[in-house]
Amino acid sequence: MDEMEHLNPKDLEEVFRAIKETKGQAKFIAGCTNVIPNMRAGVISPELLIDLSGLEDLAHIREENGSIAIGALTTISEVAASGLIRNQSPILSSAAGSLGNPLTRNRATIGGNLADASPAADMAPPLLAMEASVHTERTGGRGRKISLDKFFIGPHQTVLEDDEIITQITFSKPKDPANGSYIKLGLRDSMAISVASVAVMLEMEGKVCRKGRVALGSVAPTPIRAYHTEQRLEQGEIDGNTVEECSAIVQKEIFPISDIRATDKYRNSITSVLLKRAILQVLDGGER
Amino acid sequence: MKTYLIEITLNGEKRKVEVTTRETLLDVLRNKLDATEVKNGCGKGDCGSCAVILDGKAVNSCLTLALQANGKEVVTLKGIGNEEKPHPLQKSFVEHGAIQCGFCTAGMVVSAKALLDQNPRPSRDEIREAISGNLCRCTGYKKIVDAIQDAALEGKS
Repeated sequence: MDEMEHLNPKDLEEVFRAIKETKGQAKFIAGCTNVIPNMRAGVISPELLIDLSGLEDLAHIREENGSIAIGALTTISEVAASGLIRNQSPILSSAAGSLGNPLTRNRATIGGNLADASPAADMAPPLLAMEASVHTERTGGRGRKISLDKFFIGPHQTVLEDDEIITQITFSKPKDPANGSYIKLGLRDSMAISVASVAVMLEMEGKVCRKGRVALGSVAPTPIRAYHTEQRLEQGEIDGNTVEECSAIVQKEIFPISDIRATDKYRNSITSVLLKRAILQVLDGGER
Repeated sequence: MKTYLIEITLNGEKRKVEVTTRETLLDVLRNKLDATEVKNGCGKGDCGSCAVILDGKAVNSCLTLALQANGKEVVTLKGIGNEEKPHPLQKSFVEHGAIQCGFCTAGMVVSAKALLDQNPRPSRDEIREAISGNLCRCTGYKKIVDAIQDAALEGKS
């Protein structure tokens, strides 16, 4: 067991050399806030670790050609504290502030949260609602840009190949960043894994919704977009009727399970309630 | 067994130590560097009793591999203050009776110190947020928040 090896690359070139040396068998680690508990519980027992936490070039939050780019190694604390993120994506800022607790947020990274691909990954619903993309690098310069809604394929499963790492996450600057809402329902405020979470972004012209994005966490095998609900939102003026219909449609788009936090029935009901609240909050001025 | 030699600046003192890949910073602090003021509670990031300040940020040492602390600065409760020279936060905890069984205290003081280093005049809500990763099973939170607030008001942090 303790034969486990640790490689500590300082740049992407060293990462790919390490991947080659380890023939794609290594486990990538960064903040370790999920990896260490999983190793302790015996869920994973990697023999090789490639520690990405030394890749300082991948810890950035910046504006790039009208987009916001967040390096994969950026900690959740840095996302939560960023003025740029607060201005350009209040829902992401709010979700970052709700992940785990301050001690965890100082270690956990945004790339790790997505790569771990928990159905309850707190960064996923707001990033899905922002239509974010995941940028990757692979050996041989085969990096790609993956739309986040094509990234998750099952609980703790993504489209990432064994030799592929996330370098950054990007999303276009929204027309009206405040026209969003993020609501996470946990069993308590701190250290909560969500029972259900909802992120909504709307582009409004008066009462008409030009573009609606709805994303949900903890109610399906992966974080998901609610495409049918979005279509209903985009059918014209939003009134009480729209909100009621959306809250019914969304239940047909989710596949919750029962676990120690809640039953599937409860998750069905509460998703409707959270979605209603989120839409009404946007119409009422949005996340601030 | 594969081991690595790392160097940690522990409470201002450079320490070299052999570690394995699997060992956490918590394991090494307690078992190899005699820093038993760092408490081992849940071992999975739920309780905060193992909190230390790593390069200026409060983190759970149980969720940090020892190798990841290589070349970094670690401050534990004893680096904040000791019996001979207690930190105002530590005095304030004593004065407010903010210690019951005492198991969470080391982590609480560490989280509080990291907060006051960043934000010397936190609001009550900011204090509650800063210690939200630290569980006190005696549920003595009110006195803990009072103690941190008082230490901040005195501006001696």
